[in-house]
Amino acid sequence: MAEITQLIHKYLRHNKKFPLVFCPGCGHGIVLGSLVRSVHALGLNKDDVVIVAGIGCSGRIAAYVDFNTVHTTHGRALTVATGIKMANPKLTVIAVMGDGDAFSIGGNHLIHAARRNIGVTALVLNNFIYGMTGGQCSSTTPEGAYSHTSPMGQLESAFDIVELTKAAGAAGVSRGTVYHVKELDALVADALSRPGFNLVEALTPCFTQYGRGNGFKSAVEMFRWLKDSCLPIERFEKLEDRTGKIPLGSFVRRDIPGLETRYAAMCEGVRRKKGGAA
Amino acid sequence: MTAPRKKHREAFLLGNEAVVEGALAAGCSFYAGYPITPSTEIMECMAKRLPHVPDGVFLQMEDEIASMGAVIGASLAGRKAMTATSGPGFSLMQEQIGYAAMTETPLVLVNVMRGGASTGLPTSPGQGDVQQARWGTHGDHPIIVLSAADVPECVEMTVTAFNFAEKYRTPVILLLDEITAHTREKIDLPEPGDFEIFSRLTPTMPPEWYKPFEETMRGVPPMPPIGSGYRFHVTGLTHDALGFPTSRPEEVRALTERQFRKIDRFFEDIQLVEHVGTADAEVVVIAYGCVARSARLAVRQAREAGVRAGLLVLKTLYPFPRRHVEPLLRSCRLAVVPELNMGQLSREVKRVNEGHTVVRTINRIDGQIITPSQILKEIA
Repeated sequence: MAEITQLIHKYLRHNKKFPLVFCPGCGHGIVLGSLVRSVHALGLNKDDVVIVAGIGCSGRIAAYVDFNTVHTTHGRALTVATGIKMANPKLTVIAVMGDGDAFSIGGNHLIHAARRNIGVTALVLNNFIYGMTGGQCSSTTPEGAYSHTSPMGQLESAFDIVELTKAAGAAGVSRGTVYHVKELDALVADALSRPGFNLVEALTPCFTQYGRGNGFKSAVEMFRWLKDSCLPIERFEKLEDRTGKIPLGSFVRRDIPGLETRYAAMCEGVRRKKGGAA
Repeated sequence: MTAPRKKHREAFLLGNEAVVEGALAAGCSFYAGYPITPSTEIMECMAKRLPHVPDGVFLQMEDEIASMGAVIGASLAGRKAMTATSGPGFSLMQEQIGYAAMTETPLVLVNVMRGGASTGLPTSPGQGDVQQARWGTHGDHPIIVLSAADVPECVEMTVTAFNFAEKYRTPVILLLDEITAHTREKIDLPEPGDFEIFSRLTPTMPPEWYKPFEETMRGVPPMPPIGSGYRFHVTGLTHDALGFPTSRPEEVRALTERQFRKIDRFFEDIQLVEHVGTADAEVVVIAYGCVARSARLAVRQAREAGVRAGLLVLKTLYPFPRRHVEPLLRSCRLAVVPELNMGQLSREVKRVNEGHTVVRTINRIDGQIITPSQILKEIA
């Protein structure tokens, strides 16, 4: 307990009005905890950490943590993060986004951030729904699921965040959940310590906007669903029937230097060749 | 503005290339953009030049929204940053312009105007984005909009755009047109010391005393680069002095009023115009961009024909230079506003006129320039 208190005092803003904006039963606070514990575990200086968030429930995380925090426009967190990282590569830049943010309105930026492998960690809080606007389906809402804009069940299929980001060329892609907290901590810390574009998908239940409309009786039941349906990738691959099961863990680990590193090397080469002429 | 002239290297440059010279002279070290006619030479030139500039960064982004995002991020990290685009890209950038205005992030956006709405006339000149530059993004916000009429002015006004952005912590839009951007003229390349260069004020107090959006004498709070030890929150939500979201009426009002005041108080510094024979004019032409060049000849010809004509070239479009326009509307019997649109800046002239004199507009939207004789016909 004492350790948690210390972390709270060190990493959460004293001048920010608590409590959190999140609903009872929301998993976002757990992801916030993972983020803080990972930064602490890696011994990063608070001055060197930048949180760039988008719009939505997940976007509000930025205001609570005592780092450099930028709450951007909807879907554009990665573009601002790219600018910050290229302008000052020494900074540890973390883009915190929701599923609608990162994969619907910001989908184009996400695949391009992965393709160019900008040295940014993307933390995607996937709750399968637009929570802040009151429960509309997103590009990760499972087929058949109910929402205010899919009242007869979602007709479209959902993005698999891991597969999409993998295909786009990211250096690292992993998935965790807010039920498997220790594992999530490890995945976030791993992503933060690796070069290039690393994405962590965190499954986090939204009982208020998603659970209630889709047969869950309580937030606890949603956490239980995460416990029952998610399993480590090694065990998942041995399953014969994978229906309804979700693999967790690290899916890709490629050693690709970040764009900022490759760019600096290019400039150094150019300046050496020309003798530093501007 | 200019220091004693030194020996300059000469160059034969496009307006677009001159923008790059101006930007680099002003200390720009970051460009992010997306190719679009007729602005692309700015981007291509930056791609070649910036890797040679110390810490210079050039990025080709996936679209104009991303370009503005990267520019905003770089500016927050302490860089002088810019992008360039044309009509369709300018439309895409609007939300981010609002974000930059709300978060008071300095940046320069060059919009090389082409003809028409939508895809319109990509390779022809237009001036149809004037009102959009002022009001394109949603909500009440201050903005500075500049223009340039020839290649030397492309250098000068780009430097001015950076200076205003840094001085007033605001996005600055520089409106060019296809003619100005694609005209090649001989210019003196800027040398260090040619222009006074401003950089944003950074805080000097200890980080724990720093309030990022506090009221100050000038209304422009100091701005530290991200990573310098001043940790604070930046948001597009209406925020209090500490930068945290607020919806308390008194805090909302204080923020918006300060954002307007920081521009309003410095009208004299910001509103740049050129007077050509307006002192004794009975007829005045009010023009900007490539049209101002045609107007210059038309006014000279009118003088030769015995009409006391004058020209007011607007280098600042917004905040609208009322203090220069209004006295001329009182003293002249006729004001002519030629524009490559259906009448956009003339709306401002008519607003200021309040019935004092006759305001005649010349509007051309067929992708062709307004010729000197077209203007001469209206004034002589």
